[in-house]
Amino acid sequence: MYDFLFQTFAATAILAAIIMVTRKNPVSSVIFLVVVFFATSGMFLMLDAHYIAAINLILYGGAIMVLFLFVIMLLNLGHADWSDLRGPLGGMFGGAIAIGFLGVLVRSLVGNTPATPSATPAGEALRAAAAEQGVIGVVARPLFGEYFMVLQVTGVLLLASIVGTILLARRSRG
Amino acid sequence: MSDGLGVSGLGTPGLIALFVSAILFTIGVIGVLLRRNAIIVFMCIELMLNAANISLVAFSRLHGIEGQIFVFFVMAVAAAEAAVGLAIIIAIFRHYEVVDLDRFRALKW
Repeated sequence: MYDFLFQTFAATAILAAIIMVTRKNPVSSVIFLVVVFFATSGMFLMLDAHYIAAINLILYGGAIMVLFLFVIMLLNLGHADWSDLRGPLGGMFGGAIAIGFLGVLVRSLVGNTPATPSATPAGEALRAAAAEQGVIGVVARPLFGEYFMVLQVTGVLLLASIVGTILLARRSRG
Repeated sequence: MSDGLGVSGLGTPGLIALFVSAILFTIGVIGVLLRRNAIIVFMCIELMLNAANISLVAFSRLHGIEGQIFVFFVMAVAAAEAAVGLAIIIAIFRHYEVVDLDRFRALKW
């Protein structure tokens, strides 16, 4: 059951991604990207990353995709009246690069036969910690301990992005 | 690669996740290379970030919680990047009235 569900999520993610890239209409692209994020959230859930699954849904599937929809509607781009695919030359170039890229990535994975259910010391320790501290606590402890400085810098980054966004989107007075 | 640090310690779901990650990343690359609509190109970049997140989560089963911490920061940076990128697209649209990437050639020779 676990394997079947996981493979269903994986297949959904890949299928929805292919549909997303091939849609003319940006709005349908956004919808299928949301499907991709739902499917990957399911995969995160089944890979013992519960907190990541939740924020993937809330932040990506919710907030960022709504931002995309807002921009599409604001600029009135929700109709597919121009084909934005590149010409045959660009298509061949892009396809060749993509195939080479996939070849390199898959080449690094095949030949490593998977062991039966993984039981590395770190993975086992992670599961034990999750059982003891809860799935949020196991992420929160290093985040507010070892990585506290990084968290602060991320806050500064978000502040900078807010200021930059307002500056860019404001109409110039000239 | 069987010392507990290679991909063979991941188990079947982890290995499937790595393959899905590779395929999603490649689809994102194809989208960036073949589409000219700036918003769809931007969505493909988000797809590539998500593919990288899948890899990080799969490896966090093997190496401990740090992978999930990295995913958290990747998401924070992606949120900031989405906001700034969409603001740039809006600013460009005000100037050119289109979002066709081939029309923006001020920085090309």
